[in-house]
Amino acid sequence: MAMITADPKDVPQVASFAFTPEYLEKAKALIAQYPSGRQASAVIGVLDLAQRQQGWLPRVAMDAVAKLLDMAPIRVYEIATFYTMFQLKPKGKYLLQVCTTTPCWLRGSDGVMKACREAADGETFSVQEVECLGGCVNAPVVQINDDFYEDLDEVSMRKLLEAFRRGETPKPGPQIDRQTSAPIGGPTTLKGV
Amino acid sequence: MLADKDRIFTNLYGIHDWRLAGARARGAWDNTKAILDRGPDAIVDEMKKSGLRGRGGAGFPTGLKWSFMPKEVKDRPHYLVVNADESEPGTCKDRDIMRHDPHLLVEGCLVAGFAMRAHAGYIYVRGEFYNEAEHLKIAIQEAYDAGLLGKNACGSGWDFDLYVHRGAGAYICGEETALLESLEGKKGMPRLKPPFPAGAGLYGCPSTVNNVESIAVAPTILRRGAAWFSSFGRPNNAGTKLFCISGHVNKPCNVEEAMSIPLRELIDTHAGGVRGGWDNLLAVIPGGASVPLLPKEICDTVLMDFDALRDQKSGLGTAAVIVMDKSTDIVKAIARLSYFYKHESCGQCTPCREGTGWMWRVMERMVVGDARIEEIDALEDVTKQVEGHTICALGDAAAWPIQGLIRHFRPEMERRIRTRSRQLAAE
Repeated sequence: MAMITADPKDVPQVASFAFTPEYLEKAKALIAQYPSGRQASAVIGVLDLAQRQQGWLPRVAMDAVAKLLDMAPIRVYEIATFYTMFQLKPKGKYLLQVCTTTPCWLRGSDGVMKACREAADGETFSVQEVECLGGCVNAPVVQINDDFYEDLDEVSMRKLLEAFRRGETPKPGPQIDRQTSAPIGGPTTLKGV
Repeated sequence: MLADKDRIFTNLYGIHDWRLAGARARGAWDNTKAILDRGPDAIVDEMKKSGLRGRGGAGFPTGLKWSFMPKEVKDRPHYLVVNADESEPGTCKDRDIMRHDPHLLVEGCLVAGFAMRAHAGYIYVRGEFYNEAEHLKIAIQEAYDAGLLGKNACGSGWDFDLYVHRGAGAYICGEETALLESLEGKKGMPRLKPPFPAGAGLYGCPSTVNNVESIAVAPTILRRGAAWFSSFGRPNNAGTKLFCISGHVNKPCNVEEAMSIPLRELIDTHAGGVRGGWDNLLAVIPGGASVPLLPKEICDTVLMDFDALRDQKSGLGTAAVIVMDKSTDIVKAIARLSYFYKHESCGQCTPCREGTGWMWRVMERMVVGDARIEEIDALEDVTKQVEGHTICALGDAAAWPIQGLIRHFRPEMERRIRTRSRQLAAE
């Protein structure tokens, strides 16, 4: 566990936050998933919506979420600082979440991390070391915004970053010739199915 | 090798259509009403007879777990909760179920929910699996539109609603009571048990938390019968199982195989063998990061099931096989797992909060041999002070990989310490 503050000092001042009608509608749909009086269950989802609208999660957005869900603000700050996907500082356009846990490390995540660190400028790319992303048979894995890029090495990672820099969105998934989690060269099973 | 006709996850690799039409063509949602018509008790009995043990790591018998739910719904509603917070290092099987065959899970939720007399189910998907959660949501909507979920689901007379709940990055939420806390909108900190979730779970109501794979296999088991499922694997280790083979193999992959398959056969048949050949094998972590590693001589013959791996002081866990060849810095590989547990400790229990950090710092020194020989014993002693002294099993999970390392690679740890002290003396 790490000590994280909901109110970091070195971030831009955001005066206020209000959900756009589109995001508010999504938030209300989430709240409706839970029994009445249990709207706090939606807190992770609604914080995620606020982060998607704003690009990151300033404290005023947490306060707006607390108000919407009728929660004490401190309960929302606790959530925002407990779960690692909440970004309490502004990020670049592409957030590179590089998995370096043992299965990725065994297959060369050090090289992938090197390529990402060198590209990180805080504007186009931000980089974050993350724990196991759950794509271990396609290691090394990097999550870029919502998508997983898999079977990477230092060279293919650099190519990927160049493509993003050109404004392209490369196809997620394995970056080698391979069908998802099947063995390289084709499945050993399910051939007749 | 398991025959294709006996595989449950026939779209494991996403080659075919994952949506309702494709799933139906593969046999999902085939007269689900007939399964429900058997009634909750018959369904639970069949699941018990199948010998299915929970696929999330602990291996608790699934049918038995379902039977703990109250037989009547009284003032509190019942809930089914599915644990799709897959984050155990090495494990990526539930991801394939959700993105490539989500209807197996959705149908399983209806059957399991009905069997435990729940009218609502929540699937807690780890936040990073954004696209997987999207597939699941689409599958659920398709099921509603086809009358398979919702009011009078499948024409059974039973109402069942199913929701996707996304997490936001916290390994601890894979622990069932931490998951319930998180689902209620709190920090994912495990609860003291008892009460167990079947008595007081989500919102204090009777609840059962099951792994994705355990739920997704249920409809097939009920269609083909308990005897079919239990014909695979050794007694007490029944069924087919998704294995994830990662690390130093030629062809890392996920594959469904029969339980009790020899580890070597699993790796050689499906993962293209160990990089550099079997003799280049150093060690295998057979069941996800939490279980102790096994050196090559045990890997030569060990079977992949709960009992065989327990007998080797390891475990089947999630059946995530992490292979390490002789080029591996084995101490560093385990030290990285120690960092993982330090990072993921929720901080609630002192032995875990303080112990995971302490163990990681000592492990980092062990990597370079910057320690005294006696500190290996001190490290082992601390792992035993953490193990069993915390609310949840994260403390145990942090302790076991280190214990496995010391059990099997103590000479390597001592060698590093001696080499380092000789270097220091020479300087």
